[in-house]
Amino acid sequence: MAYSEKVIDHYENPRNVGSLDAADDAVGTGLVGAPACGDVMKLQIKVNDQGVIEDAKFKTFGCGSAIASSSLVTEWIKGKTIDEASIIKNTEIAQHLSLPPVKIHCSMLAEDAIRAAIQDYKQKHSTV
Amino acid sequence: MVTRPIYLDYQSTTPCDPRVLETMIPYFTEEFGNPHSRSHAYGWRAEEAVETARVQIAKIINADPREVIFTSGATESNNLALKGVAHFYKAKKDHIITCVTEHKCVLDSCRHLEQDGFKVTYLPVEKNGIIDLNRLKDAITDRTSIVSIMAVNNEIGVIQPLTEIGKICREAGVFFHTDAAQAIGKIPMDVEAMNIDLLSLSSHKIYGPKGVGALYVRRKPRVRLVSLIDGGGQERGMRSGTLSTPLCVGLGMACEIAGQEMVAENLTLLALRDRFYKKITSKLEEVYINGDFDKRIPGNLNLSFAHVEGEGLMMGIKELAVSSGSACTSASLEPSYVLRALGVKVEMAHTSLRIGFGRFTTQEEVEYAAEKIITEVLRLRDMSPLWEMSRQGIDIESIQWAEH
Repeated sequence: MAYSEKVIDHYENPRNVGSLDAADDAVGTGLVGAPACGDVMKLQIKVNDQGVIEDAKFKTFGCGSAIASSSLVTEWIKGKTIDEASIIKNTEIAQHLSLPPVKIHCSMLAEDAIRAAIQDYKQKHSTV
Repeated sequence: MVTRPIYLDYQSTTPCDPRVLETMIPYFTEEFGNPHSRSHAYGWRAEEAVETARVQIAKIINADPREVIFTSGATESNNLALKGVAHFYKAKKDHIITCVTEHKCVLDSCRHLEQDGFKVTYLPVEKNGIIDLNRLKDAITDRTSIVSIMAVNNEIGVIQPLTEIGKICREAGVFFHTDAAQAIGKIPMDVEAMNIDLLSLSSHKIYGPKGVGALYVRRKPRVRLVSLIDGGGQERGMRSGTLSTPLCVGLGMACEIAGQEMVAENLTLLALRDRFYKKITSKLEEVYINGDFDKRIPGNLNLSFAHVEGEGLMMGIKELAVSSGSACTSASLEPSYVLRALGVKVEMAHTSLRIGFGRFTTQEEVEYAAEKIITEVLRLRDMSPLWEMSRQGIDIESIQWAEH
Protein backbone atom coordinates (compact mmCIF):
# COMPACT_ATOMS: atom_id res chain seq x y z
CA MET A 1 0.00 0.00 0.00
CA ALA A 2 1.33 3.42 -0.86
CA TYR A 3 1.23 6.01 1.88
CA SER A 4 0.75 9.70 1.21
CA GLU A 5 3.71 12.03 1.70
CA LYS A 6 2.03 13.60 4.72
CA VAL A 7 1.52 10.22 6.40
CA ILE A 8 5.17 9.35 5.80
CA ASP A 9 6.30 12.72 7.13
CA HIS A 10 4.30 12.33 10.37
CA TYR A 11 5.39 8.71 10.72
CA GLU A 12 9.07 9.49 10.28
CA ASN A 13 9.01 12.77 12.18
CA PRO A 14 6.15 12.44 14.63
CA ARG A 15 5.26 15.68 16.41
CA ASN A 16 4.71 15.81 20.15
CA VAL A 17 5.48 12.25 21.12
CA GLY A 18 5.54 11.76 24.85
CA SER A 19 3.54 11.88 28.02
CA LEU A 20 2.24 14.53 30.40
CA ASP A 21 1.61 13.95 34.07
CA ALA A 22 -1.83 12.35 34.11
CA ALA A 23 -2.27 13.29 37.77
CA ASP A 24 -1.89 17.01 37.02
CA ASP A 25 -5.26 18.81 37.26
CA ALA A 26 -4.51 20.77 34.10
CA VAL A 27 -3.99 17.57 32.09
CA GLY A 28 -6.67 15.55 30.36
CA THR A 29 -5.85 12.03 29.14
CA GLY A 30 -7.65 10.07 26.46
CA LEU A 31 -6.84 6.41 25.84
CA VAL A 32 -8.80 4.91 22.96
CA GLY A 33 -8.70 1.86 20.70
CA ALA A 34 -7.80 -1.68 21.67
CA PRO A 35 -4.65 -3.79 21.37
CA ALA A 36 -6.71 -6.61 19.87
CA CYS A 37 -7.78 -4.32 17.04
CA GLY A 38 -4.24 -3.31 16.29
CA ASP A 39 -4.40 0.30 17.38
CA VAL A 40 -4.32 2.19 20.67
CA MET A 41 -3.90 5.96 21.00
CA LYS A 42 -3.07 7.89 24.10
CA LEU A 43 -3.62 11.63 23.71
CA GLN A 44 -2.94 14.10 26.51
CA ILE A 45 -3.76 17.79 26.64
CA LYS A 46 -2.61 20.47 29.05
CA VAL A 47 -5.20 23.21 29.39
CA ASN A 48 -4.58 26.69 30.89
CA ASP A 49 -6.97 28.84 32.90
CA GLN A 50 -8.42 30.40 29.74
CA GLY A 51 -9.42 26.96 28.47
CA VAL A 52 -6.71 26.97 25.82
CA ILE A 53 -4.74 23.80 25.04
CA GLU A 54 -1.16 24.80 25.79
CA ASP A 55 0.45 21.48 25.16
CA ALA A 56 -0.48 18.12 23.66
CA LYS A 57 1.36 14.81 23.63
CA PHE A 58 0.59 11.43 22.14
CA LYS A 59 1.70 7.84 22.09
CA THR A 60 0.26 5.42 19.56
CA PHE A 61 0.44 1.69 18.93
CA GLY A 62 -0.68 1.13 15.39
CA CYS A 63 0.02 1.41 11.73
CA GLY A 64 1.59 4.41 10.03
CA SER A 65 -1.79 6.01 9.40
CA ALA A 66 -2.72 5.74 13.07
CA ILE A 67 0.57 7.29 14.14
CA ALA A 68 0.20 10.06 11.55
CA SER A 69 -3.42 10.80 12.56
CA SER A 70 -2.50 11.21 16.22
CA SER A 71 0.63 13.23 15.46
CA LEU A 72 -1.40 15.54 13.22
CA VAL A 73 -4.12 16.21 15.78
CA THR A 74 -1.59 17.17 18.45
CA GLU A 75 -0.42 19.88 16.06
CA TRP A 76 -3.95 20.98 15.29
CA ILE A 77 -5.26 21.21 18.84
CA LYS A 78 -2.33 23.11 20.31
CA GLY A 79 -3.39 26.74 20.80
CA LYS A 80 -7.07 25.93 20.34
CA THR A 81 -9.65 26.19 23.10
CA ILE A 82 -11.12 22.90 24.19
CA ASP A 83 -14.39 23.87 22.53
CA GLU A 84 -12.61 24.51 19.24
CA ALA A 85 -10.67 21.26 19.53
CA SER A 86 -13.78 19.25 20.24
CA ILE A 87 -15.28 20.04 16.85
CA ILE A 88 -12.39 18.59 14.82
CA LYS A 89 -13.87 15.96 12.53
CA ASN A 90 -12.30 12.69 11.42
CA THR A 91 -13.10 13.62 7.83
CA GLU A 92 -10.77 16.63 8.07
CA ILE A 93 -7.99 14.40 9.39
CA ALA A 94 -8.56 11.78 6.72
CA GLN A 95 -8.67 14.39 3.99
CA HIS A 96 -5.54 16.18 5.17
CA LEU A 97 -3.57 12.91 5.28
CA SER A 98 -5.20 11.50 2.11
CA LEU A 99 -6.08 8.30 3.98
CA PRO A 100 -7.45 5.46 1.86
CA PRO A 101 -10.89 4.02 2.82
CA VAL A 102 -9.40 1.10 4.81
CA LYS A 103 -7.58 3.61 7.02
CA ILE A 104 -10.53 5.86 7.83
CA HIS A 105 -10.85 4.17 11.22
CA CYS A 106 -7.45 5.65 12.15
CA SER A 107 -8.83 9.17 11.74
CA MET A 108 -11.96 8.24 13.68
CA LEU A 109 -9.78 6.97 16.48
CA ALA A 110 -7.85 10.26 16.54
CA GLU A 111 -11.13 12.17 16.80
CA ASP A 112 -12.21 9.88 19.64
CA ALA A 113 -8.89 10.48 21.36
CA ILE A 114 -9.41 14.27 21.38
CA ARG A 115 -12.92 13.84 22.77
CA ALA A 116 -11.72 11.42 25.43
CA ALA A 117 -8.91 13.73 26.55
CA ILE A 118 -11.29 16.71 26.77
CA GLN A 119 -13.84 14.66 28.66
CA ASP A 120 -11.21 13.55 31.13
CA TYR A 121 -10.11 17.16 31.64
CA LYS A 122 -13.71 18.30 32.12
CA GLN A 123 -14.42 15.55 34.60
CA LYS A 124 -11.49 16.69 36.70
CA HIS A 125 -13.02 20.19 36.80
CA SER A 126 -16.66 19.29 37.37
CA THR A 127 -16.45 18.99 41.15
CA VAL A 128 -19.29 21.49 41.65
CA MET B 1 18.38 5.46 -8.69
CA VAL B 2 16.12 3.92 -6.10
CA THR B 3 17.66 0.76 -4.69
CA ARG B 4 15.29 -2.10 -4.10
CA PRO B 5 14.47 -3.38 -0.63
CA ILE B 6 16.35 -6.38 0.71
CA TYR B 7 14.27 -9.43 -0.08
CA LEU B 8 13.40 -11.37 3.08
CA ASP B 9 10.13 -12.93 2.03
CA TYR B 10 11.24 -16.28 0.59
CA GLN B 11 8.12 -18.10 1.85
CA SER B 12 6.04 -15.83 -0.34
CA THR B 13 7.98 -16.47 -3.50
CA THR B 14 11.56 -16.87 -4.70
CA PRO B 15 13.45 -15.41 -7.62
CA CYS B 16 13.96 -17.76 -10.53
CA ASP B 17 17.48 -19.20 -10.32
CA PRO B 18 19.52 -18.06 -13.36
CA ARG B 19 20.49 -21.69 -13.99
CA VAL B 20 16.79 -22.56 -14.15
CA LEU B 21 16.01 -19.73 -16.51
CA GLU B 22 18.87 -20.73 -18.79
CA THR B 23 17.48 -24.23 -19.30
CA MET B 24 14.03 -22.82 -20.06
CA ILE B 25 14.95 -20.32 -22.75
CA PRO B 26 15.32 -22.66 -25.77
CA TYR B 27 11.81 -23.99 -25.16
CA PHE B 28 10.32 -20.55 -25.72
CA THR B 29 11.95 -20.19 -29.13
CA GLU B 30 13.45 -22.93 -31.31
CA GLU B 31 12.13 -25.86 -29.27
CA PHE B 32 8.56 -24.64 -29.36
CA GLY B 33 6.86 -27.93 -30.21
CA ASN B 34 3.71 -29.18 -28.56
CA PRO B 35 4.86 -31.97 -26.24
CA HIS B 36 1.70 -33.88 -27.10
CA SER B 37 2.37 -33.85 -30.87
CA ARG B 38 3.29 -37.37 -31.84
CA SER B 39 3.80 -36.93 -35.56
CA HIS B 40 7.01 -34.92 -35.82
CA ALA B 41 10.32 -34.09 -34.20
CA TYR B 42 9.15 -30.76 -32.76
CA GLY B 43 6.71 -32.61 -30.59
CA TRP B 44 9.11 -35.40 -29.73
CA ARG B 45 11.80 -33.02 -28.56
CA ALA B 46 9.39 -31.08 -26.39
CA GLU B 47 8.02 -34.33 -25.00
CA GLU B 48 11.51 -35.52 -24.18
CA ALA B 49 12.20 -32.29 -22.27
CA VAL B 50 8.95 -32.61 -20.31
CA GLU B 51 9.69 -36.22 -19.45
CA THR B 52 13.18 -35.32 -18.26
CA ALA B 53 11.59 -32.73 -15.97
CA ARG B 54 9.16 -35.35 -14.71
CA VAL B 55 12.10 -37.57 -13.76
CA GLN B 56 13.80 -34.68 -11.96
CA ILE B 57 10.64 -33.95 -9.97
CA ALA B 58 10.05 -37.62 -9.16
CA LYS B 59 13.60 -37.93 -7.88
CA ILE B 60 13.32 -35.23 -5.24
CA ILE B 61 10.34 -36.99 -3.64
CA ASN B 62 11.51 -40.57 -4.35
CA ALA B 63 8.61 -41.31 -6.68
CA ASP B 64 8.18 -42.94 -10.07
CA PRO B 65 8.02 -40.34 -12.88
CA ARG B 66 4.71 -41.84 -14.03
CA GLU B 67 3.22 -40.73 -10.72
CA VAL B 68 3.91 -37.03 -11.35
CA ILE B 69 1.42 -34.81 -13.11
CA PHE B 70 1.98 -31.19 -14.01
CA THR B 71 -0.42 -28.48 -12.83
CA SER B 72 -0.43 -24.69 -12.74
CA GLY B 73 0.87 -24.62 -9.17
CA ALA B 74 0.32 -25.89 -5.66
CA THR B 75 -3.11 -24.26 -5.43
CA GLU B 76 -4.34 -26.32 -8.35
CA SER B 77 -2.57 -29.43 -7.05
CA ASN B 78 -4.25 -29.06 -3.66
CA ASN B 79 -7.65 -28.48 -5.25
CA LEU B 80 -7.22 -31.51 -7.49
CA ALA B 81 -5.99 -33.78 -4.70
CA LEU B 82 -8.81 -32.94 -2.31
CA LYS B 83 -11.76 -32.47 -4.63
CA GLY B 84 -10.55 -35.22 -6.98
CA VAL B 85 -10.19 -37.88 -4.31
CA ALA B 86 -13.25 -36.81 -2.33
CA HIS B 87 -15.53 -36.99 -5.34
CA PHE B 88 -14.11 -40.23 -6.71
CA TYR B 89 -14.68 -42.13 -3.46
CA LYS B 90 -17.82 -40.34 -2.29
CA ALA B 91 -20.14 -43.34 -2.65
CA LYS B 92 -18.41 -45.09 0.24
CA LYS B 93 -16.44 -42.36 1.96
CA ASP B 94 -17.49 -38.79 2.60
CA HIS B 95 -15.18 -37.58 5.33
CA ILE B 96 -12.00 -35.52 5.03
CA ILE B 97 -9.49 -34.58 7.71
CA THR B 98 -7.28 -31.52 7.53
CA CYS B 99 -5.81 -29.00 9.91
CA VAL B 100 -6.65 -25.41 10.86
CA THR B 101 -3.27 -23.98 9.84
CA GLU B 102 -3.37 -25.25 6.27
CA HIS B 103 -2.98 -22.89 3.34
CA LYS B 104 -6.14 -21.08 2.27
CA CYS B 105 -6.44 -23.18 -0.88
CA VAL B 106 -6.74 -26.38 1.17
CA LEU B 107 -9.17 -24.83 3.66
CA ASP B 108 -11.28 -23.30 0.92
CA SER B 109 -11.34 -26.55 -1.05
CA CYS B 110 -12.61 -28.23 2.12
CA ARG B 111 -15.26 -25.55 2.61
CA HIS B 112 -16.36 -26.13 -0.95
CA LEU B 113 -16.58 -29.88 -0.32
CA GLU B 114 -18.65 -29.24 2.80
CA GLN B 115 -21.13 -27.40 0.60
CA ASP B 116 -21.17 -30.47 -1.63
CA GLY B 117 -22.20 -32.58 1.36
CA PHE B 118 -18.85 -33.86 2.61
CA LYS B 119 -17.90 -33.77 6.27
CA VAL B 120 -14.61 -32.19 7.20
CA THR B 121 -12.66 -32.41 10.45
CA TYR B 122 -10.31 -29.49 11.04
CA LEU B 123 -7.68 -30.66 13.50
CA PRO B 124 -6.37 -28.04 15.91
CA VAL B 125 -2.64 -27.56 16.45
CA GLU B 126 -0.62 -27.42 19.63
CA LYS B 127 0.98 -24.17 20.79
CA ASN B 128 4.05 -24.97 18.69
CA GLY B 129 1.99 -25.35 15.50
CA ILE B 130 2.25 -29.15 15.27
CA ILE B 131 -0.78 -31.45 15.19
CA ASP B 132 -1.50 -33.98 17.94
CA LEU B 133 -1.20 -37.45 16.40
CA ASN B 134 -3.69 -38.93 18.86
CA ARG B 135 -6.31 -36.47 17.72
CA LEU B 136 -5.64 -37.52 14.16
CA LYS B 137 -6.05 -41.19 15.05
CA ASP B 138 -9.29 -40.42 16.86
CA ALA B 139 -10.67 -38.42 13.95
CA ILE B 140 -10.28 -41.18 11.35
CA THR B 141 -13.44 -43.19 10.70
CA ASP B 142 -14.41 -45.82 8.14
CA ARG B 143 -15.97 -42.96 6.17
CA THR B 144 -12.67 -41.04 5.88
CA SER B 145 -11.25 -40.94 2.37
CA ILE B 146 -8.32 -38.57 2.75
CA VAL B 147 -6.16 -36.81 5.33
CA SER B 148 -4.51 -33.60 4.15
CA ILE B 149 -1.76 -32.19 6.36
CA MET B 150 0.83 -29.76 5.07
CA ALA B 151 4.50 -30.66 5.29
CA VAL B 152 5.77 -27.19 6.25
CA ASN B 153 3.66 -24.23 7.23
CA ASN B 154 3.96 -21.16 5.03
CA GLU B 155 3.72 -18.62 7.86
CA ILE B 156 5.61 -20.21 10.72
CA GLY B 157 7.77 -22.74 8.89
CA VAL B 158 7.02 -25.63 11.28
CA ILE B 159 7.42 -29.19 10.05
CA GLN B 160 4.62 -31.68 10.69
CA PRO B 161 5.50 -35.28 11.68
CA LEU B 162 4.98 -36.64 8.18
CA THR B 163 6.33 -40.15 8.73
CA GLU B 164 4.07 -40.67 11.73
CA ILE B 165 1.04 -39.25 9.93
CA GLY B 166 1.74 -41.46 6.90
CA LYS B 167 1.98 -44.52 9.09
CA ILE B 168 -1.32 -43.78 10.81
CA CYS B 169 -3.06 -43.19 7.47
CA ARG B 170 -1.64 -46.29 5.81
CA GLU B 171 -2.65 -48.49 8.74
CA ALA B 172 -6.15 -47.03 8.65
CA GLY B 173 -6.45 -47.43 4.88
CA VAL B 174 -6.89 -43.71 4.34
CA PHE B 175 -5.09 -41.65 1.68
CA PHE B 176 -2.52 -39.16 2.91
CA HIS B 177 -2.11 -35.94 0.97
CA THR B 178 0.49 -33.36 1.88
CA ASP B 179 0.96 -29.83 0.61
CA ALA B 180 4.74 -29.76 0.26
CA ALA B 181 4.99 -26.35 -1.42
CA GLN B 182 7.16 -25.02 1.42
CA ALA B 183 8.99 -28.29 2.06
CA ILE B 184 10.68 -29.22 -1.22
CA GLY B 185 14.34 -28.34 -1.10
CA LYS B 186 14.09 -27.57 2.63
CA ILE B 187 13.52 -30.98 4.17
CA PRO B 188 14.02 -34.45 2.67
CA MET B 189 10.73 -35.64 1.19
CA ASP B 190 10.23 -39.34 0.51
CA VAL B 191 6.79 -40.56 -0.55
CA GLU B 192 7.79 -44.17 0.20
CA ALA B 193 9.30 -43.72 3.64
CA MET B 194 6.54 -41.27 4.60
CA ASN B 195 3.67 -43.26 3.06
CA ILE B 196 2.47 -40.23 1.16
CA ASP B 197 -0.25 -40.94 -1.43
CA LEU B 198 -0.59 -37.48 -2.90
CA LEU B 199 1.84 -34.57 -2.72
CA SER B 200 1.50 -31.03 -4.03
CA LEU B 201 4.48 -28.93 -4.97
CA SER B 202 5.07 -25.52 -6.44
CA SER B 203 7.81 -24.24 -8.71
CA HIS B 204 8.07 -20.60 -7.66
CA LYS B 205 8.75 -21.48 -4.03
CA ILE B 206 11.88 -23.38 -5.07
CA TYR B 207 13.54 -20.87 -7.41
CA GLY B 208 11.62 -22.05 -10.45
CA PRO B 209 9.25 -20.08 -12.69
CA LYS B 210 5.79 -19.01 -11.54
CA GLY B 211 2.73 -20.69 -13.05
CA VAL B 212 3.68 -24.34 -12.74
CA GLY B 213 3.55 -27.02 -10.09
CA ALA B 214 2.98 -30.72 -9.79
CA LEU B 215 0.86 -33.30 -8.05
CA TYR B 216 2.25 -36.67 -7.12
CA VAL B 217 -0.47 -39.35 -7.33
CA ARG B 218 0.49 -42.81 -6.07
CA ARG B 219 0.08 -45.80 -8.41
CA LYS B 220 0.50 -48.62 -5.89
CA PRO B 221 -1.81 -48.76 -4.03
CA ARG B 222 -3.55 -46.81 -6.71
CA VAL B 223 -5.11 -43.45 -5.92
CA ARG B 224 -7.91 -42.45 -8.26
CA LEU B 225 -9.39 -39.04 -8.66
CA VAL B 226 -11.95 -37.10 -10.64
CA SER B 227 -10.31 -34.48 -12.85
CA LEU B 228 -11.10 -30.80 -12.48
CA ILE B 229 -10.06 -29.87 -16.03
CA ASP B 230 -11.31 -32.03 -18.87
CA GLY B 231 -10.17 -32.09 -22.46
CA GLY B 232 -7.51 -33.92 -24.40
CA GLY B 233 -6.78 -36.37 -21.61
CA GLN B 234 -3.18 -35.29 -20.99
CA GLU B 235 -1.45 -36.17 -17.72
CA ARG B 236 -3.11 -39.60 -17.51
CA GLY B 237 -6.50 -37.95 -17.89
CA MET B 238 -6.14 -36.19 -14.57
CA ARG B 239 -5.26 -32.80 -15.97
CA SER B 240 -6.03 -31.95 -19.57
CA GLY B 241 -4.43 -29.10 -21.43
CA THR B 242 -1.23 -28.63 -23.40
CA LEU B 243 1.75 -28.51 -21.09
CA SER B 244 4.00 -25.48 -21.08
CA THR B 245 7.33 -27.05 -21.99
CA PRO B 246 9.51 -24.18 -20.69
CA LEU B 247 7.68 -24.06 -17.36
CA CYS B 248 7.90 -27.83 -16.91
CA VAL B 249 11.59 -27.76 -17.79
CA GLY B 250 12.12 -24.94 -15.29
CA LEU B 251 10.37 -26.82 -12.50
CA GLY B 252 12.43 -29.91 -13.29
CA MET B 253 15.69 -27.98 -13.13
CA ALA B 254 14.60 -26.23 -9.93
CA CYS B 255 14.04 -29.65 -8.34
CA GLU B 256 17.39 -30.92 -9.60
CA ILE B 257 19.24 -27.98 -8.05
CA ALA B 258 17.20 -28.15 -4.84
CA GLY B 259 18.08 -31.82 -4.46
CA GLN B 260 21.78 -31.20 -4.98
CA GLU B 261 22.11 -28.12 -2.81
CA MET B 262 19.62 -28.69 0.00
CA VAL B 263 22.06 -29.91 2.63
CA ALA B 264 24.61 -27.14 2.07
CA GLU B 265 21.91 -24.49 1.68
CA ASN B 266 20.27 -25.48 4.94
CA LEU B 267 23.54 -25.09 6.80
CA THR B 268 24.07 -21.62 5.36
CA LEU B 269 20.52 -20.56 6.12
CA LEU B 270 20.69 -21.89 9.64
CA ALA B 271 23.83 -19.87 10.29
CA LEU B 272 22.23 -16.73 8.86
CA ARG B 273 19.05 -17.21 10.82
CA ASP B 274 20.85 -17.85 14.10
CA ARG B 275 23.00 -14.79 13.55
CA PHE B 276 19.91 -12.70 12.91
CA TYR B 277 17.96 -14.11 15.83
CA LYS B 278 20.83 -13.71 18.29
CA LYS B 279 21.40 -10.14 17.26
CA ILE B 280 17.73 -9.27 17.60
CA THR B 281 17.25 -10.94 20.97
CA SER B 282 20.48 -9.54 22.38
CA LYS B 283 19.23 -5.99 21.78
CA LEU B 284 15.48 -6.28 22.21
CA GLU B 285 13.39 -7.56 25.09
CA GLU B 286 10.03 -9.21 24.69
CA VAL B 287 10.54 -10.74 21.27
CA TYR B 288 8.56 -13.95 20.94
CA ILE B 289 8.96 -16.68 18.37
CA ASN B 290 5.78 -18.06 16.83
CA GLY B 291 5.82 -21.79 16.10
CA ASP B 292 8.26 -24.44 17.23
CA PHE B 293 11.85 -23.19 17.10
CA ASP B 294 13.49 -26.55 16.40
CA LYS B 295 10.94 -28.33 14.22
CA ARG B 296 11.14 -25.59 11.66
CA ILE B 297 12.81 -24.99 8.31
CA PRO B 298 15.98 -22.92 8.68
CA GLY B 299 14.86 -20.16 6.33
CA ASN B 300 11.89 -18.99 8.41
CA LEU B 301 11.44 -16.84 11.47
CA ASN B 302 8.11 -15.58 12.66
CA LEU B 303 8.56 -13.11 15.49
CA SER B 304 6.25 -11.02 17.62
CA PHE B 305 7.67 -7.72 18.87
CA ALA B 306 5.47 -7.00 21.87
CA HIS B 307 3.70 -3.63 21.83
CA VAL B 308 4.81 -2.68 18.31
CA GLU B 309 2.17 -3.05 15.62
CA GLY B 310 3.38 -5.06 12.62
CA GLU B 311 2.23 -2.82 9.82
CA GLY B 312 3.58 0.25 11.57
CA LEU B 313 6.87 -1.58 11.95
CA MET B 314 6.97 -2.59 8.30
CA MET B 315 6.58 1.03 7.29
CA GLY B 316 9.67 1.86 9.29
CA ILE B 317 11.71 -0.90 7.73
CA LYS B 318 10.74 -0.24 4.16
CA GLU B 319 14.29 -1.13 3.10
CA LEU B 320 13.30 -4.71 3.96
CA ALA B 321 10.74 -6.79 2.10
CA VAL B 322 9.07 -8.88 4.82
CA SER B 323 5.47 -9.71 5.64
CA SER B 324 3.36 -9.29 8.74
CA GLY B 325 0.68 -11.34 10.44
CA SER B 326 -1.00 -8.11 11.35
CA ALA B 327 -4.45 -7.39 10.08
CA CYS B 328 -3.80 -4.19 8.28
CA THR B 329 -1.81 -5.68 5.43
CA SER B 330 -4.74 -7.71 4.23
CA ALA B 331 -8.20 -6.56 3.27
CA SER B 332 -9.82 -8.66 5.98
CA LEU B 333 -8.57 -6.63 8.98
CA GLU B 334 -8.26 -9.93 10.86
CA PRO B 335 -4.82 -10.95 12.04
CA SER B 336 -3.28 -14.21 10.86
CA TYR B 337 -5.50 -17.26 11.41
CA VAL B 338 -2.37 -19.38 11.65
CA LEU B 339 -1.02 -17.42 14.62
CA ARG B 340 -4.48 -17.39 16.21
CA ALA B 341 -4.61 -21.19 15.87
CA LEU B 342 -1.42 -21.46 17.93
CA GLY B 343 -3.20 -19.60 20.71
CA VAL B 344 -1.23 -16.42 20.05
CA LYS B 345 -3.33 -13.55 21.44
CA VAL B 346 -4.84 -11.23 18.85
CA GLU B 347 -2.79 -8.32 20.15
CA MET B 348 0.41 -10.33 19.81
CA ALA B 349 -0.59 -11.50 16.33
CA HIS B 350 -0.74 -7.82 15.39
CA THR B 351 2.92 -7.44 16.33
CA SER B 352 4.33 -10.25 14.20
CA LEU B 353 6.74 -10.26 11.29
CA ARG B 354 7.57 -13.16 9.02
CA ILE B 355 11.19 -13.05 7.95
CA GLY B 356 12.21 -15.48 5.23
CA PHE B 357 15.82 -16.16 4.28
CA GLY B 358 16.79 -17.90 1.07
CA ARG B 359 19.36 -18.89 -1.50
CA PHE B 360 20.43 -15.36 -2.35
CA THR B 361 20.40 -13.87 1.16
CA THR B 362 23.81 -12.59 2.26
CA GLN B 363 25.35 -12.10 5.67
CA GLU B 364 25.54 -8.34 5.07
CA GLU B 365 21.83 -8.25 4.32
CA VAL B 366 21.02 -10.16 7.49
CA GLU B 367 23.19 -7.87 9.62
CA TYR B 368 21.64 -4.78 8.09
CA ALA B 369 18.11 -6.16 8.49
CA ALA B 370 18.64 -6.98 12.15
CA GLU B 371 20.04 -3.51 12.89
CA LYS B 372 17.22 -1.83 11.04
CA ILE B 373 14.58 -3.81 12.91
CA ILE B 374 16.21 -3.16 16.28
CA THR B 375 16.38 0.60 15.68
CA GLU B 376 12.81 0.78 14.49
CA VAL B 377 11.35 -1.40 17.25
CA LEU B 378 13.09 0.77 19.86
CA ARG B 379 11.77 3.93 18.21
CA LEU B 380 8.22 2.61 17.98
CA ARG B 381 8.25 1.28 21.53
CA ASP B 382 9.18 4.76 22.71
CA MET B 383 6.06 5.88 20.88
CA SER B 384 3.85 3.02 22.09
CA PRO B 385 1.38 3.61 24.93
CA LEU B 386 1.28 -0.15 25.52
CA TRP B 387 5.02 -0.37 25.96
CA GLU B 388 4.87 2.57 28.41
CA MET B 389 2.12 0.88 30.40
CA SER B 390 3.89 -2.46 30.51
CA ARG B 391 7.07 -0.72 31.75
CA GLN B 392 4.96 0.88 34.50
CA GLY B 393 3.77 -2.56 35.49
CA ILE B 394 0.20 -1.99 34.31
CA ASP B 395 -1.51 -5.20 33.22
CA ILE B 396 -2.73 -4.35 29.76
CA GLU B 397 -5.23 -7.18 29.84
CA SER B 398 -6.90 -5.74 32.94
CA ILE B 399 -7.96 -2.62 31.06
CA GLN B 400 -11.45 -2.45 29.60
CA TRP B 401 -10.65 -1.69 25.98
CA ALA B 402 -13.35 -0.47 23.66
CA GLU B 403 -12.98 -2.86 20.73
CA HIS B 404 -13.90 -1.19 17.53
